[in-house]
Amino acid sequence: MSPRARPDPVQVVKQRRDAALTALVDGVPYIRFLGIQFDRRGDELTAIMPFDEKLIGNPILPALHGGATAAFLEVTAIIGLSWNLLWSEIESGAFDAEALAGGQMPRLPRTVDFTVDYLRSGLPRDAYARARVTRAGRRYGSVHVEAWQDNRDRPFAQAQGHFVMPRKDG
Amino acid sequence: MSNDRPDPTFNPLQGGDVPPGERLGMARRFFEALPHAVALGMEPEEMGDGVAVMSMPWREDLVGDPETGVIHGGAVSALMDTCCGAAAMSHPQLKGVTATIGLRIDYMRPATPRATIRVRAECHHITRSVAFVRAIASDGDETRPVATATGTFTVEDRR
Repeated sequence: MSPRARPDPVQVVKQRRDAALTALVDGVPYIRFLGIQFDRRGDELTAIMPFDEKLIGNPILPALHGGATAAFLEVTAIIGLSWNLLWSEIESGAFDAEALAGGQMPRLPRTVDFTVDYLRSGLPRDAYARARVTRAGRRYGSVHVEAWQDNRDRPFAQAQGHFVMPRKDG
Repeated sequence: MSNDRPDPTFNPLQGGDVPPGERLGMARRFFEALPHAVALGMEPEEMGDGVAVMSMPWREDLVGDPETGVIHGGAVSALMDTCCGAAAMSHPQLKGVTATIGLRIDYMRPATPRATIRVRAECHHITRSVAFVRAIASDGDETRPVATATGTFTVEDRR
């Protein structure tokens, strides 16, 4: 039996994963506009949209704008699917985060359709979301995404979308 | 007794007693009070009898793909949601305010960078509980839509 390769030190692994995530997220103006951040635990991503006055749709209730909720879900779905696609490259070290940070974004999946289910009104506080890639084929992908606020078991919105995968050759 | 708090069931897009010439002005004031609509630069252009037209000019911070400058799908979704809700609220049979139940968006092609997105939404059917809306987003040429949407919206129970 051949000895298995010694795993990379934990700091190296973390640095590589975080650099890839930063490169993927920070270059997108609209993600910055909404103030969305991503928290990473291993390969699991949680999107966070901190409350901001400009996300309000109904000032009387007040409630988050349905459009802000839809955008939050869509951003989470696209980043989730891209992350899933890039994961093996990140782990092998083939992914060049520095080139990305220098402005060379990876080609992102393109949304074909996106269906949002509004389950209850979004409260004026932080929102969280996680995406589950239900299929990542060569040409098409399917993603389900759920958003919640105070209670993980009481999502305020969920969505399902189809995406065209980015071409490998650029 | 005076009450300065705005009435949460007041529907300013309900043009019933408002002369058609004043409806757009009322719609403008309504949208100016919605922070997210203002933040995205949405402008009502037509409003009444179940039809709404709203536009959103291209802006650097709405971009989803920095390499091409194409606007993010999420920003288009936000405009679709707002315009569909406005179409429902402007329907003569919807008395109070409304909330989105479901919204489906199909993206036909990327929007042209730097072009204004314009959505036309129509509330084509309404029952005692649900308003049904469809919408088309274009960026200049209405025969080549950027995206289409279908949405369902709540109708307040007046029984």
